[in-house]
Amino acid sequence: MRNFEFHRPASVADAVALLRGNDSAKLLAGGQSLLPIMKLDLAQPSDVVSLAGLAGADGLKEIRSEGGDLVIGALVTHHEVASSPEVRRRIPGLADLAGGIGDAQIRNRGTIGGSLAHADPAADYPAAVLALGATIVTDRRRIAADDYFTGLFSSALEADEIITAVRFPVPECAAYAKFPHPASKYAVVGVMVAKTGGGARVAVTGAGSKVFRVPAMESALAADFSTDAIRSVTVDPTGLRSGGEASPEYLAHLVTVMARRAVQACR
Amino acid sequence: MAKVSLQVNAKNHVVDVEPRTLLVDLLREHLRLTGTHVGCDTSQCGACTVWVDGRSVKSCAMLAVEADGAAVTTIEGLARNGELHPMQAAFHTCHGLQCGFCTPGMVMRATELVQRNPRPTEDEVRHGLEGNFCRCTGYHNIVRAVLTAAETMRGGAQ
Amino acid sequence: MSEPVSGQGMGASVLRKEDRRFLLGKGRYTDDYLLPGQTHAVFVRSPHAHAKIRSIDARQALAAPGVLAVLTGEDAVADDLGGIPCGWTITNKDGSKMVAPPHPAMVKGSARHTGDPVAMVIAETRAQARDAAQLVEVDYDPLPAVAHLNAAVAEGAPKVWEEAPGNVCFDWHIGNAAATEAEFAQADRVISLDLTNNRVAPNAIEPRAANGNYDDVADRYTLYTTSQNPHLTRLLLAAYTLKVPEHKLRVVAPDVGGGFGSKIFHYAEELLVLWASKRVGRPVKWTSDRSEAFLSDAHGRDHVTHAELAVTADGKFRGLRVRTLANMGAYLSTFAPAIPTYLHATLLSGPYVIPAIYAEVKAIFTHTVPVDAVRGAGRPEATYLLERLVDKAARELGIDRVEIRRQNLIQPDQFPYQTPVALEYDIGDYPATLDMALAANDHGKFAERKAESETRGKLRGFGISTYIEACGIAPSALVGALGAGAGLYEAATVRVHPTGSVTVFTGSHSHGQGHETTFAQLVNERLGIPIENIEVVHGDTDRIPFGMGTYGSRSAAVGGSAIVKAMDKIVDKGKKIAAHLLEASVADVEFADGKYRVAGTDREKTFGEIAFTAYVPHNYPIETVEPGLEDSAFYDPKNFTFPGGCHLVEVEVDPETGVVEVVDVTIADDVGVIINPMIVDGQAHGGLAHGIGQALLEECVYDADGQLLSGSFMSYCMPRAADLPSFKVGNHVTACTHNPTGIKGVGEVGAIGVPPAVINAVLDALAPLGVTHIDMPATPEKVWRAIRAAAGGAA
Repeated sequence: MRNFEFHRPASVADAVALLRGNDSAKLLAGGQSLLPIMKLDLAQPSDVVSLAGLAGADGLKEIRSEGGDLVIGALVTHHEVASSPEVRRRIPGLADLAGGIGDAQIRNRGTIGGSLAHADPAADYPAAVLALGATIVTDRRRIAADDYFTGLFSSALEADEIITAVRFPVPECAAYAKFPHPASKYAVVGVMVAKTGGGARVAVTGAGSKVFRVPAMESALAADFSTDAIRSVTVDPTGLRSGGEASPEYLAHLVTVMARRAVQACR
Repeated sequence: MAKVSLQVNAKNHVVDVEPRTLLVDLLREHLRLTGTHVGCDTSQCGACTVWVDGRSVKSCAMLAVEADGAAVTTIEGLARNGELHPMQAAFHTCHGLQCGFCTPGMVMRATELVQRNPRPTEDEVRHGLEGNFCRCTGYHNIVRAVLTAAETMRGGAQ
Repeated sequence: MSEPVSGQGMGASVLRKEDRRFLLGKGRYTDDYLLPGQTHAVFVRSPHAHAKIRSIDARQALAAPGVLAVLTGEDAVADDLGGIPCGWTITNKDGSKMVAPPHPAMVKGSARHTGDPVAMVIAETRAQARDAAQLVEVDYDPLPAVAHLNAAVAEGAPKVWEEAPGNVCFDWHIGNAAATEAEFAQADRVISLDLTNNRVAPNAIEPRAANGNYDDVADRYTLYTTSQNPHLTRLLLAAYTLKVPEHKLRVVAPDVGGGFGSKIFHYAEELLVLWASKRVGRPVKWTSDRSEAFLSDAHGRDHVTHAELAVTADGKFRGLRVRTLANMGAYLSTFAPAIPTYLHATLLSGPYVIPAIYAEVKAIFTHTVPVDAVRGAGRPEATYLLERLVDKAARELGIDRVEIRRQNLIQPDQFPYQTPVALEYDIGDYPATLDMALAANDHGKFAERKAESETRGKLRGFGISTYIEACGIAPSALVGALGAGAGLYEAATVRVHPTGSVTVFTGSHSHGQGHETTFAQLVNERLGIPIENIEVVHGDTDRIPFGMGTYGSRSAAVGGSAIVKAMDKIVDKGKKIAAHLLEASVADVEFADGKYRVAGTDREKTFGEIAFTAYVPHNYPIETVEPGLEDSAFYDPKNFTFPGGCHLVEVEVDPETGVVEVVDVTIADDVGVIINPMIVDGQAHGGLAHGIGQALLEECVYDADGQLLSGSFMSYCMPRAADLPSFKVGNHVTACTHNPTGIKGVGEVGAIGVPPAVINAVLDALAPLGVTHIDMPATPEKVWRAIRAAAGGAA
């Protein structure tokens, strides 16, 4: 790992100030994505800005209901989401998803904000955010999930922008079905399905260069929210990740299988 | 260099480290607590598992500076007055260790697992240990040890 | 199964003496040693599978903070360091010797696999050495490379060595070609099979490490290293690489975090830290990263095989023909040539009567990490191809897969049994372990379990493997005749202290096997001393007379026998002392239960009294017996030992995703006499996980250009707890006939027996869909593709 300057600001504003004008500064939340890539020198930030000092501020560590939404602070860990009675009661599929990220030690450190800022195409949270139509709340604005994920490891966040919370509308039901990579435990394919008053949303992580929705499945499920409705709905392999360990054909197949299993599990 | 003040196994330490120093290096190199091991460089194997403020974390995936103000417990801090913790004792009686290299991380994670879930099923134990690799035991006796320790720990021993 | 044995002797499940230090975090592994003045080494390794090195510019690195030295292959040559020797020479079919290319400690001129060491940076801290290593500028001229066996033997393939045309290291055979031809000519059917045995990485959880210290006052070197056999390392350092005599060399292998074969071999880093220590005048430590381990620890397996079994219509085996290509990697590791030959092809008879066998093995160089022994070493490859072939024969002949095995097993009254491939099995009872496993698995109810799985949408399959292995390697004269450069005896010293406690010095090395407990149990059994009063010392060439180390499941069978032989000498000497004290003739003195007694009387002396007298010889036969009570023995085995047994596996396949779940593993082994059943079961468990890992999860994947794609735990899948079920392990004992303990060995049985059982179970589950073949590892996509191909879709 290369050396860097370490900062531990006491407020979101101070953190933003440290990031401003410094393209090679990196935010550090739980570190479960950033530190492994820094250890392999795949990231070499000049400055690391830790959010550890912000835990008390601005609800960054809180899970709360606000209006109809479930709001999860950016520094809430995967374990806290998985074990939160509030999340379990309102969006059990989200608690299940969080409980299946990485392993126990990673869930104790990794945060929802960190995961979304990293925007790993094989991470689990992006599927939840997109399928549930969540809103990413930052220090300066709100970003709709549909606008947030822009590509491989990239998002709509500005270089000095900090996620403070994620607002999840509560669906009628939602579930996540994941086909984990046997070694890394990242999603080879993960599909989150959500049924809402207005219809259904289906988001797929792992299979593409970024999380994506499957409109054909959504309209089929809107008409008939059942596994049969999407049995023969497939995604085109040509758009999927290639050159990895799983072939595009297999990924496309898994998308349909996992989508059906998610619908099956919806409650 | 950065100054880190932390408690390790109930003792206070102030250590000067480079910012890039990992928590596991602070423990092994600076404090010479070599019970915590390093078995990989991608945060998979879990040999470096310690508790930070009571939660099991991979100390190879945490900067030492992030532990500033934290209370860290390592395998060296688990036994009390020379008496093995019920989890350590169960690993002994169930032959849950062979070469011993994964054992410290395994014991730390397994203990947290039982603290959170005092009546785990075999399946819950197996899934709960996904972040810890063992090449010697085939996990069979590790799982038996965790289930045995859970019984003891429920008995009020800890 | 037999009743639990109480006490601390043979057959008792004594809890391990070594556990406490490991459980308290007080184990002491190589990387835990921090010597006064410690410096740290990091290697610059070739990123190319094959490249000419035009130049190395270390100026920037040398100027970096904390850097003490940057050493290269040129420096090694200038200081007359030897290359890494290969310890086994194979003779070709035509009588010529194999090609043994040079294996420099650090490359000079060309790099031949990704990870080949190019330079060594020594600095005050590891972080500084790592920083500086990135500043070493190496000008590479990349050359064409070849990684896969079939590509390496193809016309016009890139050459790894000029002296090895066609990349052939050796072309060897065993068995009787003409007799085998004759059997095939008369056979009703010939069952043939092409398969690969996947390349695996050993992945002991402790990465390799080496800490070298040159003491210029004593003119003496000390090496702390992660070794399974420190004496062998010292021997090779003395004779070949460092070229410093043994008395100037101390090699210590302290607590070692698993070996699985990978820590047998003498590696360049061990030599280089010693050399560098003399150069910089301070101790030099290197500890491997995991990603570095994938590129520098010897890999295992990597065979491509065509095999044919000649059978009669009613399923009797008549002949076996095998052609194997074995990947050696770019250099020959210490025991590499012995693995696909004497540890593989000699095992091809398995537990069966096969009248004629002929096997040809070509060893091939590629631009990959050297391949050598990994848990099982050759025997898993033999067992896998034979058990796959037997299953295929049963299916093609319409014979039950259990029955075809049963009717071809060597029967208990056929021992000693001479196979057509050189080995003579001393003893076994293969029908007994077969029946034992079937009963424990409740095999009669398999159909019910299969039906239940189907209600959950899962395809259940049953797989079986009846296997043998050869371990306890091996008679020195025999292995010498076969090309080994070393003897394969074991040494032990038993020192009885004046107050009756005992220290055992053993040349075996424990890196998880529990010798501190089991060897103490051997002493308890013989001398009646409580194990609390027995210390077992291993892993230090300054303390132990000699040793050949631990691999091939040899420690209890060979190392244990050496201890028993040393104890025999002590007991005999004690008899002379006792006879003197008891005023009896030596011939009348018996020793049992820790007491010397004049036969037929109640006159006796305890072993402790005799020990004390030996060291305080006031009333003593001083004219004929020397004081003291200590003796050593070297035990050279008379034959291999032959554990065997039956492994049963049930899997559930999810036909939608191709995911295979191992839902039942039931085994019955015959590992000979058992010292400690708890430890024996634990060894079996570990081997099973290793074997299931190879069958379903693990593979070193190289691309065509020799880049290792599975170079970390993110992509190389290690078995986790949730990938495995609990195991049902049983033992049926027939005692080895030719060693004093009756022990055969257990460390590798799981890794050898279970992989074909897993794949046979997968193929059984998929048989109704028309799938007839799959290679290891049976990953979900591979299974899914096999199902699709069988259904007529694209593969």
